Amino acid sequence: MERIEQANAEAVRRMLAADPVLIDVVPAGEAIPALGDKTILHAGPPIDWARMCGPMRGAVTGIACFEGWAPDLETAAARAADGAFALHPNHHFDAVGPMTGMTTRSQPVMVVENRAFGNRAYCTINEGLGKVMRFGGNDAEVLERLRWLRDDFGPALGAALRDAGGLALKPLVARGLTMGDEMHQRNVACSALTLRALAPALARSAQDREALVRALAFIGANDQFFLNIAMAMGKAMMDPVRGIEGSSVVTAMSRNGTDFGIRVSGTGDTWFTAPVEMPEGLYFPGFSAADANPDMGDSTIVETIGLGGFAMGAAPAVAGFVGAGAGSAAGDFTRTMAEIAVSENPEWSIPALDYLGVPTGIDIRLVVETGLAPTINTGIAHKEPGIGQVGAGVVRAPLACFKAALLALAETLGVS
Amino acid sequence: MSESIPKAAVLNAVRRGFYLDSVALMRLSGRIAALEGVEEAALMMGTPANKQIMRDAGLLAAAGEAAEGGDLVIGVRAADAAAAQAALETAGSALDRPADRGAEAAAWRPRSIRAARKAAPESNLALISVPGDFAAAEARKALRAGLHVMLFSDNVSLADELELKREARERGLLIMGPDCGTAILNGAPLGFANAVPRGDIGIIGASGTGIQEISCLIAQGGRGLSHAIGVGGRDLGEAVGGITTLMALDALDADPATRHVVIVSKPPAPGVAARLLQRIAESPKRFTVCLIGGAVQELPPNAAPAATLKAAAEDALGGACIGGPLGPPVPVPEGRARVRGLFAGGTLCAEAQVVFLAAGQTVASNAPVPGAIPLGSALGSEAAAHSLIDLGADEYTRGRPHPMIDPAVRDAALAEALRDPALGIVLLDLVIGYGAHGDPAGHIAGILAAERPAEGPLTIASVTGTEADPQGRAGQIATLEAAGVRVAPSNADAAALALACLGAGPPGTRS
Repeated sequence: MERIEQANAEAVRRMLAADPVLIDVVPAGEAIPALGDKTILHAGPPIDWARMCGPMRGAVTGIACFEGWAPDLETAAARAADGAFALHPNHHFDAVGPMTGMTTRSQPVMVVENRAFGNRAYCTINEGLGKVMRFGGNDAEVLERLRWLRDDFGPALGAALRDAGGLALKPLVARGLTMGDEMHQRNVACSALTLRALAPALARSAQDREALVRALAFIGANDQFFLNIAMAMGKAMMDPVRGIEGSSVVTAMSRNGTDFGIRVSGTGDTWFTAPVEMPEGLYFPGFSAADANPDMGDSTIVETIGLGGFAMGAAPAVAGFVGAGAGSAAGDFTRTMAEIAVSENPEWSIPALDYLGVPTGIDIRLVVETGLAPTINTGIAHKEPGIGQVGAGVVRAPLACFKAALLALAETLGVS
Repeated sequence: MSESIPKAAVLNAVRRGFYLDSVALMRLSGRIAALEGVEEAALMMGTPANKQIMRDAGLLAAAGEAAEGGDLVIGVRAADAAAAQAALETAGSALDRPADRGAEAAAWRPRSIRAARKAAPESNLALISVPGDFAAAEARKALRAGLHVMLFSDNVSLADELELKREARERGLLIMGPDCGTAILNGAPLGFANAVPRGDIGIIGASGTGIQEISCLIAQGGRGLSHAIGVGGRDLGEAVGGITTLMALDALDADPATRHVVIVSKPPAPGVAARLLQRIAESPKRFTVCLIGGAVQELPPNAAPAATLKAAAEDALGGACIGGPLGPPVPVPEGRARVRGLFAGGTLCAEAQVVFLAAGQTVASNAPVPGAIPLGSALGSEAAAHSLIDLGADEYTRGRPHPMIDPAVRDAALAEALRDPALGIVLLDLVIGYGAHGDPAGHIAGILAAERPAEGPLTIASVTGTEADPQGRAGQIATLEAAGVRVAPSNADAAALALACLGAGPPGTRS
């Protein structure tokens, strides 16, 4: 008991001490040397082709074509089924990816360095709304955008970041919270703040005026641009928390569209998985719950650090996604999540909740004890590959993961 | 996608320069799409990406095509133009009306002791009412958070009770319970309790309805309570040894607002009784000791015994008489010399038995006090005896609410008693106050009206409660009297009146 408390105090100390800075954009193969030929990183806990959901398969085939590992989608699918591609979780390579979370060697990744601990984490650049690879989109338009990100935008953004000396993320997020973002479903303010901070450096790094216009327009048109930055930040913050003996703090939550998985500090790198649940939410015109794919993506790293569903109180507009949830009830989500958190983050506070800090350090003991599963704000993908996002909503982490993790933690402590 | 869209009316309306959050728009879209005759609907800002989505969904007409990023586009596809037009109008008026709010906003409530403590750091007591299997674990958490505990839950094991009370004693905290139904602390009623004025009398009780009856009679006598502390039915047993009772006594001893202490319980285990009396002797305060059904003990000079709850209240009031004369008895007809008592309050049932036994009557009960006959399996099979039944006992409440919460638990037994030709009197108790049913008298009146034959037995009742209770005592009494019930000022008086009607005691016998 005492040991767990001390371990958790250390876990939270490391979370609060983190100093994440967005420093660069580099090709994934450079950032992650292990990311070789025909290696594909995906969202969530480990999964093989046979168990992958539609959008995940769509993304695998699309990215294989993008990397030139297959001439077309059919061939890519056949090769994937034959085991031609090495499939691994992003989380095993210091990376995270939204929704399908495809990361391959030539894609540009944003680099977040946790300056307090010296570790780095990576995430691809957010592709924008509509048909995109993260939702399993894989047509010519999607691949063309990825090429532009690789060849033009990524290098320009990297140069701008190096020129600006990096972008400190902790204060930026603190500001975004006061402006109505929760950094998962809503990144309007943080995306704008990022653009504002980087515009001068982007102007300097752009090849020409047209390139600059396209870059600025791309960021400006994408309310979720910051999401991928927030995710890399989350990963960079949580990685130093891994492996604290006895700690019951969750270090990662992630989904691959089939399984939901968590990792817990005191149980090292073991994944505890359970079948992923269906989000409840609102759908774009022409789509309904019948089209929805189960929950997907590494983006739940954002909830792991106390943002997203945990920071709902900062983003009343987002609360509307929860069935009949009223904006005035947004704070209840944050207060409820505080019941399963070790502490709160005094630097990330919510004005409307009298500057309550976001719940920090999900304690699996409290989750199991209260039966309160983490609330996750999420996008909803179409269940067929290639269609993309059809809605957004809220999903709960399955309790079974937390129960299994708790039993395993008890075993490490010699408690049965 | 567009090929598959059937021919239907697609109408657009555009509001120039009108911004609304996309979440709000999506919610509104869902409402409009659900209107009769509407196939699909969307409200979106007219950005190129949004217009593409609407185009794909077959929702964009010329007006919408012409909209710009800062314009709000309302797109409706419906079976016919009239339905589409009606939907557009509904959407328009919804946009004009300020958001309907307030009702949906759920008030946050903590789900754990830890969160509750965080939300109210000044709190110092946890009231625990969870299924017995989980109650001890919650109580332990509360103790470790530095909270006193009122353990409302029952079915807590004796071993857990003992362990909890020892830990509590070590921490200087009070465990009231388990199975503690009633407490009033600093004027705050907890569990089943009544709106009793503040005053200088303290109560320590192993019995919930005992505390309620005494505190209400004290209120009737014009005085009030400092605190009423419940201890749980097993506290004065051999195993627990009165840990909570003794701590409560220390607390009331140290409380300058308390001048007189009433202790109410079943008879304690002998060793525990000795310790309790010794502790009382050490106190500078006056005590009334009411051990229902117990033999009269040798008490210290600062303590007086009371055989009934009413006697305990009267002693605490310095010997005042509560309630006044009983009124004329109604003699029961020949051949109907038996009484059936149907009680919601366990201690009220015990008190009635004590009154009957003191008058030399033979009494059977499912919860017999010393001297009463344990009731056989069939109600009233003990031919010669009056039967006084505790309907709050486990055998009647398993899987059902307590009769104080749901008076219907008493219905069948009451209906049976009203038709029993051998019964001259049916004796009832009504307990009102916080936690109790909203109108028990109205319920009983309904049963009497429906079930009582013309020559049925006389019904005598008392109402445990105060005028300040949510149900209001006077109103409850009036309802009962209007239904033909004789209402006595107290439970003991109701029993005494029953005896008087039987001719078993001199009229006006005081217990």
